[in-house]
Amino acid sequence: MDPLDIARWQFAITTVYHFLFVPITIGLSGIVASYETAWVRTRNPRWLRLTKFFGKLLLINVAIGIVTGIVQEFQFGMNWSDYSRFVGDVFGAPLAIEGLLAFFLESTFLGLWIFGWDRLPAKVHAACIWAVHLGTLFSAYFILAANSWMQHPVGFAFNPETGRAEMNDFGAVMFNKVQLVTFPHVVLSAYLTGAAFVVGVAFWQMTRRGASDEDRGMYRKAVRTGAVVVLVSGLGVAFTGDIQGKIMTEVQPMKMAAAEGLYDTESPAGFSIFTLGSLDGSHEKFAIKIPRLLSFLGTGSPSGEVVGINQLREQYQQTYGSDPGAAYYSAGDYTPTIPLTYWTFRLMIGLGLVAAAAAGWILWATRRQRTPTGRGVLWTAMALPFLPLLANSFGWIFTEMGRQPWAVFGLMTTAQAVSPGVSALEMGLSLVALTLLYAVLAVIEVRLMLTYIRKGAEPAVDLLPLGPPDGDDDDVDRPLAFAY
Amino acid sequence: MELTTVWFVLIAVLWIGYFTLEGFDFGVGMLLPILGTTEKERRVLINTIGPVWDGNEVWLLVAGGATFAAFPEWYATLFSGFYLPLLLILLALIVRGLAFEYRAKRDDDKWRANWDLAIIFGSYVPAILWGVAFANILRGVPIDADMEYAGGFFNLLNPYALLGGTMTTLLFLAHGAMFVSLKTDGPIRREARMLAARIGLVAAAVTVVFLGWTQISTGSVGSAVAFALAAVALLGGLAAVGNGREGWGFLGTFVAIALGVAGLFLALFPDVMPTTLSSGLGLTTTNAAATHYTLRIMTVVAVIFTPLVLVYQGWTYWVFRKRIAVHHIPDLPTPVGNR
Ligand code: HDD
Ligand code: HEM
Ligand code: HEM
Repeated sequence: MDPLDIARWQFAITTVYHFLFVPITIGLSGIVASYETAWVRTRNPRWLRLTKFFGKLLLINVAIGIVTGIVQEFQFGMNWSDYSRFVGDVFGAPLAIEGLLAFFLESTFLGLWIFGWDRLPAKVHAACIWAVHLGTLFSAYFILAANSWMQHPVGFAFNPETGRAEMNDFGAVMFNKVQLVTFPHVVLSAYLTGAAFVVGVAFWQMTRRGASDEDRGMYRKAVRTGAVVVLVSGLGVAFTGDIQGKIMTEVQPMKMAAAEGLYDTESPAGFSIFTLGSLDGSHEKFAIKIPRLLSFLGTGSPSGEVVGINQLREQYQQTYGSDPGAAYYSAGDYTPTIPLTYWTFRLMIGLGLVAAAAAGWILWATRRQRTPTGRGVLWTAMALPFLPLLANSFGWIFTEMGRQPWAVFGLMTTAQAVSPGVSALEMGLSLVALTLLYAVLAVIEVRLMLTYIRKGAEPAVDLLPLGPPDGDDDDVDRPLAFAY
Repeated sequence: MELTTVWFVLIAVLWIGYFTLEGFDFGVGMLLPILGTTEKERRVLINTIGPVWDGNEVWLLVAGGATFAAFPEWYATLFSGFYLPLLLILLALIVRGLAFEYRAKRDDDKWRANWDLAIIFGSYVPAILWGVAFANILRGVPIDADMEYAGGFFNLLNPYALLGGTMTTLLFLAHGAMFVSLKTDGPIRREARMLAARIGLVAAAVTVVFLGWTQISTGSVGSAVAFALAAVALLGGLAAVGNGREGWGFLGTFVAIALGVAGLFLALFPDVMPTTLSSGLGLTTTNAAATHYTLRIMTVVAVIFTPLVLVYQGWTYWVFRKRIAVHHIPDLPTPVGNR
């Protein structure tokens, strides 16, 4: 393999892996913060128990989210040095600001939250986890602004003297129209993911044999509130995704054509749910099509015209020339890998819809204090956490692969972005080392997760009275409320 | 002052923040097998840095991000050039970070022993390699006309660089021991105090040699002043801890590391990554920098938010100011704040 392939595999593996943990951190930190706020307000021990139980699971997840993020931060320089030189002036700013605004906030207040149970007044303690949540949102905003710039570069000028893209409008970069819909889409899908995780875990605890009535009542609350969050954010994801589709058709028409495998311009264009046969445009054997849906997704009008891959290729060749870098990806330049974009787009949407439907069913099955015992609903609840995780990965693979051969749309191909000075051996070493390590970590983390999910929430009597000890701060001999 | 100079200073400040803060938590990690002879002692050590190590590490992330934004060419050349050492550092930081969080999550000796190894490995490797990397930056490496690193891995392992790695390791060990003596109580505190003084002496000797070498080969007036003050601070800290003044001792290593790093940056200026090739193009604060516009935006952001970060990080240290001793450690690891 040449360095380019290795670098691409490494980026794809490490980023998709990082993004398995990211949406859970974003969603779950918000949910745990809400539980703790409910506890501070109502002093109902149920909320404290849920805070600590899901807080524990959150910490197991965050740990991996953090350490895999470190790799992301340096990978641009290591494997994509020409990219870094070319875009640093624009792209580096949001990245640096993310560190200063988001990572400091997250990590500092997470430390305070973990160790602060007996050091901080309850309200301040709850504020700490809100600060962490805010940090995750900042983090998402700035990193997505950087990514959106790659999808739709704005607010810069190319300087032929230095050969670099130079920023001239920071506001345009931060409020890129792609960013303005990508951010809500990703954050809502993170809430969906976090809530689906809660529903799955709490459902299992609620229906397990031998659970006390009190526990059942507590987990039921978590199941039902979680399911509502899944439904609401699912709606939001669909709504924002729809707007994204229109913007995408405008700024990267090839991606929309590739999402459908639409080779020739159609108006109106239909959306196929499913296609058998080859996707190279020559012989489609069997497809279930919804007429006019693609037109609607792409243009907002059921009879709008969607331009096909063949026409776009000609158009791109005229605009950008016959770029050898582009030919690296596929026989037809400027064309992403169609089966991949086709299926990932469908799977993202489909799995999200299935997740929302599952949450709806669970809400129905638990109505009016019912505790469902059927196998079907149990399996559905167990599958629920995995659906949005997959949908997220497919969403990213679609977005990023659909942009190929560009690393920065219209400016730099991925082939031009790779580090020229790093050997295949070095890159191979890092790909193998990181992949192996990540695989081992996945096993460890899943086992720990399962152990702590099985343990369930601690009984209320075991939970410490919160806040700093009254009066005398020098209660020196009391053991720490929390210790590693 | 030119904005490029301002950013050179700010990058130096970020690295100073990183080495003074994560320096002591690397030290604590390296001292784990030495000061932590029993399980509870090891847990005392880990808990002294538990709430703060992640916040300390973010100084590195921001230094990286800020270099990307302010000196994109430097970021690109440095990280693609020092590829393998950086990979090792990343692997080390990954297992180390997880170890703190996961070690107490299972009551199993083998499990804990493995995570202890991760902490030890994960603390030594970056402590050594950051020193090696910085020494190489100062010394200059082969950088070609395209600003690409043209040396191999073994090019980085020259005597000067290895001395640099030895120095950072010893300094962080001493700094960590100072921190432990300041944050613990009981036998571990006494032992840490002794160790701080002893390792500190060796560290001082190596530091003087390395900084002297640096001063002779690339130094400036500014760096000479910084180096001299760093040596004074270090010796002062050692004297203080010898007299049982742990706070002053920690301040001594803290200031010594800060001034040492400041001196290295002063010695480097206005280069950021000099080349050893006559046909090459070395990186300087001007030819590696981002545009004036970007630097201006970044300056505004940094001026507003850096003080804020300092305030809340400072507050964390205040909240967790109490000393920890063996009797504070609950018998069973308490995974989420209950007993
Ligand atoms: C939409 C959200 C999102 C996306 C697209 C990414 N991340 Fe991330 N990242 C987060 C959201 C996030 C987070 C939710 O804020 C994390 C996960 C766990 C955590 O504590 O913070 C995080 C952690 C995290 C950390 C560790 C921070 C710490 O020590 O506290 C770094 C250095 C990065 N990320 C860097 C990156 C880079 C360079 C990315 C691009 C390739 C990236 N992340 C994609
Ligand atoms: C966390 C969510 C993300 C996922 C899952 C993801 C995934 C991917 C995938 C699958 C590719 C395609 C790999 C290939 O074509 O070989 C890719 C490419 C790329 N992405 Fe992303 N990405 C994410 C976020 C980002 C962000 C936030 C940035 C920038 C800030 C980014 C920068 C890049 C770059 C530079 C490439 C080109 C290198 C390459 O082709 O591998 N990605 N990403
Ligand atoms: C009706 C449902 C949905 C529609 C119409 C939709 C639409 C889209 C579109 C058009 C994009 C590409 C944006 C671009 O490249 O410019 C996208 C990306 C993405 N989607 Fe969805 N989506 C839907 C559901 C979901 C669900 C359920 C999830 C996850 C739980 C999800 C997660 C993502 C992610 C992570 C990305 C990549 C980041 C981005 O570009 O926003 N989507 N979606």
